[in-house]
Amino acid sequence: MSLMKHEGASKGILLAAFAALLILGGRPLFRHRHSTVPIVIGPGVTRVARLSDFSPSLKGTAGDTTVFVLEGREPGGKALIMSGTHSNEPAGLLADIIIIENAVVERGTLFVIASFNSSAGRNTRPGDGYPLYFDIPTDWGRKRFPMGNRDASPLDQWPDPDVYIHYPDKQLLSYIDARNSNRTWPGRADGPLMERVTFAAMELIRRESVDVAIDLHGAETMFPVTNCIVAPERSSKIATLASLTVKAAEGFDSHVEPSPPGFRGLSHREIGDYSGAAPFLLEAPIPFLDQPTGPKTVGLLLDGKDPFLLSLAAKKKLFVPYDASGWPMDKRVGQHLSVMLEILRQYSRKTPGREIAVQGVPRYREVVANGTGRFFHDPSKADPKSVVSYR
Amino acid sequence: MAFVIMVAYYVLCAYLAGLLFWSFLKEKRSREELWLCLLVMVPLVLRLLRVK
Repeated sequence: MSLMKHEGASKGILLAAFAALLILGGRPLFRHRHSTVPIVIGPGVTRVARLSDFSPSLKGTAGDTTVFVLEGREPGGKALIMSGTHSNEPAGLLADIIIIENAVVERGTLFVIASFNSSAGRNTRPGDGYPLYFDIPTDWGRKRFPMGNRDASPLDQWPDPDVYIHYPDKQLLSYIDARNSNRTWPGRADGPLMERVTFAAMELIRRESVDVAIDLHGAETMFPVTNCIVAPERSSKIATLASLTVKAAEGFDSHVEPSPPGFRGLSHREIGDYSGAAPFLLEAPIPFLDQPTGPKTVGLLLDGKDPFLLSLAAKKKLFVPYDASGWPMDKRVGQHLSVMLEILRQYSRKTPGREIAVQGVPRYREVVANGTGRFFHDPSKADPKSVVSYR
Repeated sequence: MAFVIMVAYYVLCAYLAGLLFWSFLKEKRSREELWLCLLVMVPLVLRLLRVK
C-alpha cells in the first residue's frame, strides 16, 4: 500500500494517533501541575498569609505560596518551619501539615510554609520513573499528595544558566542549582524566581524578627549528611542539646553536622548570616532517593524497603542503620516533629522572654505507633471555611 | 535578559513545530518520515502548551 495512494487517510490516522499521544501523555502531567491538596486549618492557625506579602515581586508567580501563622495567647519568640524546599522529600511536608492541622501555640508565634518551593511541588520527574502521586492511609480514607521534584519547573524559571553564580557571594554552583531553592538564599527581590522566593522568606524572617528557622529535608542513606541536624555556629548548642535529648528520651539518632561556612546559598548558612535567626536544617533518611535501588515506586517511598540497600548495609556502605524494616515514612515524619519540638523547647529554655510553647503536635513514638495519617483531618467533614490548599 | 531569552525560546519552539508540521504535510513517500515528524513535535508542543 503506497503512501501516495492513501495519503490523506494515512496522515489523518497518524495525526489522530499523535493527538491521542499528546492527550494521554500530557493530561496527567497537566493535572499534576494544577492539582490542589485540601487541608483543614486547625484551632491554632490565627492567620493565613502569602509569601508575596513580604516581597511583592513574588505576587502572581509560581513561586508564591501559603504562609500559615499560629499566634500564641501570650507573646514570646517566633519560629519559621519550612518544608517542600525539595518537593521530592515529602516527610517534611507531612510533618508541617500535622502542625497546621493540630498545633496550638501557647506562647510565641509559629510561621509554617508547607510548600516552600511551590514550583518544584508542581514539577515531575518521569524520566527517573518517579510516581506522580502518593497516598497516605488515614482513619477516613486515603489522602493523596502530588510527588514533586527537587528543582523548580523550567516552565516557571527559564533559561538555565551555564553556571549558577550565587548572589551575593559569586560562588560558582551547578547550573541546575539556579532552580534549587536551597542554593539561592539569601536571594534578591529582582533575581530569578528562586532568588525571589528565598528573598521573600528572608524578609519574613527580618520583618517579623524570627528567632528560629527550621528547614525540613530528607537525604539518601548513602549520603553522609543524613539523619542529622545541620547547624551553623550560632545554632550548634541548641542542636546538640536537641540531638542528645531525642536520643536519650525517644531512642532515635539525629546527630549534629556543622554548616560549612564556605558552601553558600543553603538555608542553614545564609539565614544565620543575613538575619538574627538561628537556622537549623533537619535531614531524615529517605531510601527512595538513593541511586542503587529497585524501581522508584510509591511502596519504596512510603516504607523505604529495598533489597539492594539491604545488601549495601551488610557491606557497611550506608550512613544509617538499615535492616529489613526499611525506613518508613512514619519514622521520618515522627523524627522531624520530635526534633523540631525539641529545638523549640531548648531555645525557649535558653532565651527567657522569647519562649515558644506548642501543644497538640505528636512526637516520634506517637506517629510511629499510630501512623502519620491518624493526625490528618477529613476536609469533607470540616467547616468549608477552614479548608484551604497548602500551596 | 532572561525574559527575552525565554520568549526567543518559545518562538524557536513554535517555528520548529511549524517546520515539522509543514514537512509532515509535504511528505509523500515514507510513512516512517511522517511518524518521525510527529514524534519530534511532541516535546515542542508540550512546552508550547506549558504542560512539561
